[in-house]
Amino acid sequence: MTDHSGIPTEILLKLYVIISKIRRVELRIESLYHEDEMKTPVHLCLGQEAISAGVCATLQTDDYVFSNHRSHGHYIAKGGDLPAMIAELYCKETGCSRGRGGSMHLVDTSVGLLGSSSIVGGGIPLAVGAALASVLRGDGRVTVVFFGDGASEEGVLYESMNFAALKKLPVVFVCENNFYSVCSHQTARQANNDISMRPRAFEMPSSRVDGVDVIDVFRKTMDAVNRTRSGKGPSFLECRAYRWRGHAGAGDNLKSQYRKLDEWDQWMTRDPLQEYEKALVAGNILTEKKKKQITETIDKEIDEAFSFAQASPLPNEKEVTKYLYS
Amino acid sequence: MPWTKILIEQQEPGFDEHAGQDVRKLTFPQALREAMDQALDRDERVFVMGQGVDDPMGMFGTTLDLHKKYGGQRVFDTPLSENGLTGVAVGAAIAGARPVYVHNRPDFLLLAMDQIVNHASKWSFMFGGHVNCPLVIRAVIGRGWGSAAQHSQSLHGLFMHIPGLKLVMPSTAYDAKGLLITSIADDNPVIFIEHRWLYKHESHVPEELYSIPFGKGIVRRQGKDATVVGISYMVIEALRAAEKLAEDGYEIEVIDLRTLKPLDEEIVLQSVEKTGRLVIADTDWVTGGAGAEIAAMVAQKGFNHIKAPIKRVGWPDVPIPASYVLENAFYPGAEDIINAVRRIAK
Ligand SMILES: Cc1ncc(C[n+]2csc(CCOP(=O)(O)OP(=O)(O)O)c2C)c(N)n1
Ligand SMILES: [Mg+2]
Repeated sequence: MTDHSGIPTEILLKLYVIISKIRRVELRIESLYHEDEMKTPVHLCLGQEAISAGVCATLQTDDYVFSNHRSHGHYIAKGGDLPAMIAELYCKETGCSRGRGGSMHLVDTSVGLLGSSSIVGGGIPLAVGAALASVLRGDGRVTVVFFGDGASEEGVLYESMNFAALKKLPVVFVCENNFYSVCSHQTARQANNDISMRPRAFEMPSSRVDGVDVIDVFRKTMDAVNRTRSGKGPSFLECRAYRWRGHAGAGDNLKSQYRKLDEWDQWMTRDPLQEYEKALVAGNILTEKKKKQITETIDKEIDEAFSFAQASPLPNEKEVTKYLYS
Repeated sequence: MPWTKILIEQQEPGFDEHAGQDVRKLTFPQALREAMDQALDRDERVFVMGQGVDDPMGMFGTTLDLHKKYGGQRVFDTPLSENGLTGVAVGAAIAGARPVYVHNRPDFLLLAMDQIVNHASKWSFMFGGHVNCPLVIRAVIGRGWGSAAQHSQSLHGLFMHIPGLKLVMPSTAYDAKGLLITSIADDNPVIFIEHRWLYKHESHVPEELYSIPFGKGIVRRQGKDATVVGISYMVIEALRAAEKLAEDGYEIEVIDLRTLKPLDEEIVLQSVEKTGRLVIADTDWVTGGAGAEIAAMVAQKGFNHIKAPIKRVGWPDVPIPASYVLENAFYPGAEDIINAVRRIAK
């Protein structure tokens, strides 16, 4: 785990809270999914929590984020309203997208999350466009876009990177490489698995990030964000972490049929939450007492979010065409 | 994927053409798989590509384990590069291969529109017939479980608009096999759109290779009081509606078009000549869709037969919502067809 010296304790603890919160929300969703009350396909980000947490901790509230189908971590880390997220999974009118979007389409404009596209790669040019708008307005915002290793196969990524680099736009491309697209391994889809090498064709700074190590994510994103905010142009981060569950839904019932088991065993020795927790305890930043307190606060928040979601009204079926136009 | 399993359980199997008869039956995906298998076996030029075609789910079972039988060169996974890979398929077709490119959802074909519309559909015409493009693109319409706006579209209305494409939408397992064989054998680009809610449907599927001609619809139920033209899954809803309406003494004729391009105009006109009343039920937006084309065709060529306004049953002008209550309100079904018939039938 990367050394965390120099990072204020307050931020270190915030990172811990966010990783824990994403972890606990995802586990709660997973444990209740079999009830069939969340009638929406969920794409859990278990194993990848440190990426959302580390990236978003470098951003200001009004900085923009675009997300994809695996959106829960991005939403939580950017500060999205938890009850509204859970209500969206329960298809309720009080959901962040008023029950129109479901799990793949989370949004919270109050914290700069401008939407999540479930078309792979779809959000990438949108982020570049938002960065362009920021430049035109001179508002000093930075835009981050999250996408997977699969999305790095879409031509639109390269078109977007070229334009962002050409115009020196304030955007950070965050590729979460979890090595899978559904059941297909990266090696079955890509000629060269070093995604971080590709942006260099556009003379865009790019780094490989240990996506299990929240401090590595935080530091490298901070560099990229500072650089781009000062007008020096876009950056790219390839954050490697492992998808612990199946592509969608709870569990991973086909695991033995598509995973490389040595790969699985290797990654299972790495847990973003536990590694960080150990480092914080060793650094006397986290005590057992503090840990318990944080966990209890998060669980209470989660309980309340689920109660809110479950008790919330469904959309009015007469309002099917509402929100088509603004 | 557990949620897909739930979704499948929610699907109704629809009607059985051979109820109680001792005939070989296959489900819709089994029939498709058999067609792919036999095409690969018979014709070396055929190959199958698509995201996850060789994975343990095998594209809802329709390509399951075909790579084991024919090898990874003829049945292979693709990168997530829909436009580029469609171009690759088009190029291979132009050069004499017969690719079948399989997609999870029609929604993803939107990324490939340039290659489909600007290239595949025009290659024969643009070069005076010197080259052709024998390509099949399959995609499966999703529905329900919050699949929502970007994972539930049909989009066949868009493809119907484009000259040079053929457009196939089977609604039974029997047709799925026969029409897929015809599609692979055809020398032109064929868009083959399935519906996930038909995947539980079982019907008699002969083991031998057979093909069903394009542009030939089929009367699924005879009647004289009104014609209901169904497209894809809506054929099932139309049959359900007809059954209900029969209780009130209405005899409804249900037509399954099977292919939208070419369109079997004759079968519709002949039916309307008999019934004088027409309802078109589609799994797509009504506005500017396949139903509009069929209605216009009847207004032009069967004006004298029509005794009441033509009705269209389809989606309202709004993207597909996620919440199940809104899904229920959004998707028309047998009830809507019944209401439409009641408004125009005697
Ligand atoms: C353009 C497009 N193609 C295919 C799909 C189907 N699909 C949805 S998510 C997904 C996997 C994407 O993999 P990756 O980008 O690595 O993200 P991950 O799921 O691993 O987070 C696929 C193939 C889609 N939604 N959009
Ligand atoms: Mg991935």
